[in-house]
Amino acid sequence: MTDFWIIATGALVAISCGILGCFLVLRKMSLIGDAISHSVLPGIVIAFMISGSRDSLAMLLGASVVGLITVFLIQIFQQSGVQADASIGVVFTALFAVGVVLVSLNARQVDLDLDCVLFGEIAYVHWNTIDVLGIDYIPKAVWILGFTVAVIFVVIGLFYKQFKICAFDPAMALACGIPVALFHYLLMGLVSMTTVASFESVGAILVVGMLIVPAATAYLLTERLSVMIVYSVLIGITCAVLGYYSAAWLDASIAGMMVTVAGALFVLAFIFSPSHGMLARLIKQRKLAVLHSQVS
Amino acid sequence: MLLWSWSVLADPNTQWILIGCMLLGLMSGIIGSFAYLRKQSLVGDTLAHAALPGICIAFMLTGVKSLPLFFLGALVAGLLATFSISVITRYSRIKADAAMGIVLSVFFGIGIVLLTQIQHSSYGNQSGLDKFLFGQAASMIQSDVYTMIGVSAVIILACSFLFKEFKLLSFDPGFARGLGFPIGLLEQMLMFFTVIAVVVGIQAVGVVLVAALLITPAVSARYWTDRLGLMVSLSGIFGAISGVIGTLISTTTSNLPTGPLSVLAATTVFVFSVLFAPRRGVCAKVIRRIRTNRTIREEERSRMSERGTRLRKEASL
Repeated sequence: MTDFWIIATGALVAISCGILGCFLVLRKMSLIGDAISHSVLPGIVIAFMISGSRDSLAMLLGASVVGLITVFLIQIFQQSGVQADASIGVVFTALFAVGVVLVSLNARQVDLDLDCVLFGEIAYVHWNTIDVLGIDYIPKAVWILGFTVAVIFVVIGLFYKQFKICAFDPAMALACGIPVALFHYLLMGLVSMTTVASFESVGAILVVGMLIVPAATAYLLTERLSVMIVYSVLIGITCAVLGYYSAAWLDASIAGMMVTVAGALFVLAFIFSPSHGMLARLIKQRKLAVLHSQVS
Repeated sequence: MLLWSWSVLADPNTQWILIGCMLLGLMSGIIGSFAYLRKQSLVGDTLAHAALPGICIAFMLTGVKSLPLFFLGALVAGLLATFSISVITRYSRIKADAAMGIVLSVFFGIGIVLLTQIQHSSYGNQSGLDKFLFGQAASMIQSDVYTMIGVSAVIILACSFLFKEFKLLSFDPGFARGLGFPIGLLEQMLMFFTVIAVVVGIQAVGVVLVAALLITPAVSARYWTDRLGLMVSLSGIFGAISGVIGTLISTTTSNLPTGPLSVLAATTVFVFSVLFAPRRGVCAKVIRRIRTNRTIREEERSRMSERGTRLRKEASL
């Protein structure tokens, strides 16, 4: 049963990250995901200090708000003339530093382990169960992640067309009368929520890996957004399963192994993808060269 | 107050840490301003995360904790990371930001796997390796500071001798290539310096926050000036000040880590620059807008009154 719950948690992280990651990769905002995943730390700590417990709904809310503040600050600095990546760097490091200082200041009251925040403790999820509707054997992390996945399904399902246009051509979306800024912040809110929901199980830094790597791998395999999302989710789940078993085999960090497997899958797609892989490109070039020499 | 801070400073251990953090801020400020102008601010972040597997492998191969070996490991890993980023962006349709995210997270994932391997196996003297994640300036000792003095001297000398070349490279690499400068070599050199600054910084402020020392002082300095020489010096000074303030606060209060405090000091300098810098700052912009509004209003008023007199003249005719 332990195996099942750990893999289920990993798979739920993979599903929520896989869906959102596609939009981040397409909108060239991968590093904003990185920034959010770091800067939710003060939100988590403050929510913890106010609510006094690891009550996860308060944390979800607090951290999502900080995630949105991060995006807002990054945009303000960008508009005032700071380069995009520099403004991301300034904002997330500052907020992360605030988080670390808050944790150290309240080390006695805050029962938050910094290592746990960074790397997650997916191996222990099944110990932390919660009684919901009389069912007491499902881990808390699974409930929270399940809730997050449901919210993502509802929001993306309802506004799929709008998100699609915003991802590919924001100018056209604006011309069509779609509130681009609203959808931007909606997406960012979902990303913050996912980050917080996953941070306990896979850690702040590896969330970025699950957000970007499967989506980028899927991006190399298809030309259609819907197919890309499906591929990205499937690749993410594969990473969760393979990552768990290889971590058990090597006696290593599960979250670290999940991202390592994701990296390996990315390398495979990068070389062997039928449409965008290096090999396919080489073959195409060779054929073109042969054709060219025949014609001339 | 002065007496009290003097008594803190009289402790030789604190003096070493203070000097170390100051030098660290100085050199990462200098290197960071070139990285900022070359639009590569987050490369420092990627390098810091990518250094982790390098450091772990260096430790696993030798079994000793020594700064030069970690340099070597981190340098190899950093070169591999930048190489992977350029391969991914060149040979596929994945953009630079996603490539950076992929390399950063996958390298870091591998690093964590290796770190857990080290912790689970019988490497014995592994305590302190995890200090690299958040850094521990308090563990800096005399020999570390000597290394840092040497490293920062090399970086400062190289940047002042090659200032013209680096300037050209930052603003117009194509032109520099046209003039026959060895662009590849110079780029590799800046990369090398960045890796060195990052590796030294990891020890003091940790993997996650070392990027801030490269980015934040440079961005703050950019607010104050349009001249590269001034910007580089200002950025170095801002970095050094942040290091000093961070160390002072963390030594005088209990259980506050130096790294995050230095970063927060740098951020304070940044916010101050955003608000009060001449010409680019928020206050300067507001004042300029008010002045412009006033001149426009005055011009309009004078035009109106001119028109009034003209009308009156015509009417009197």
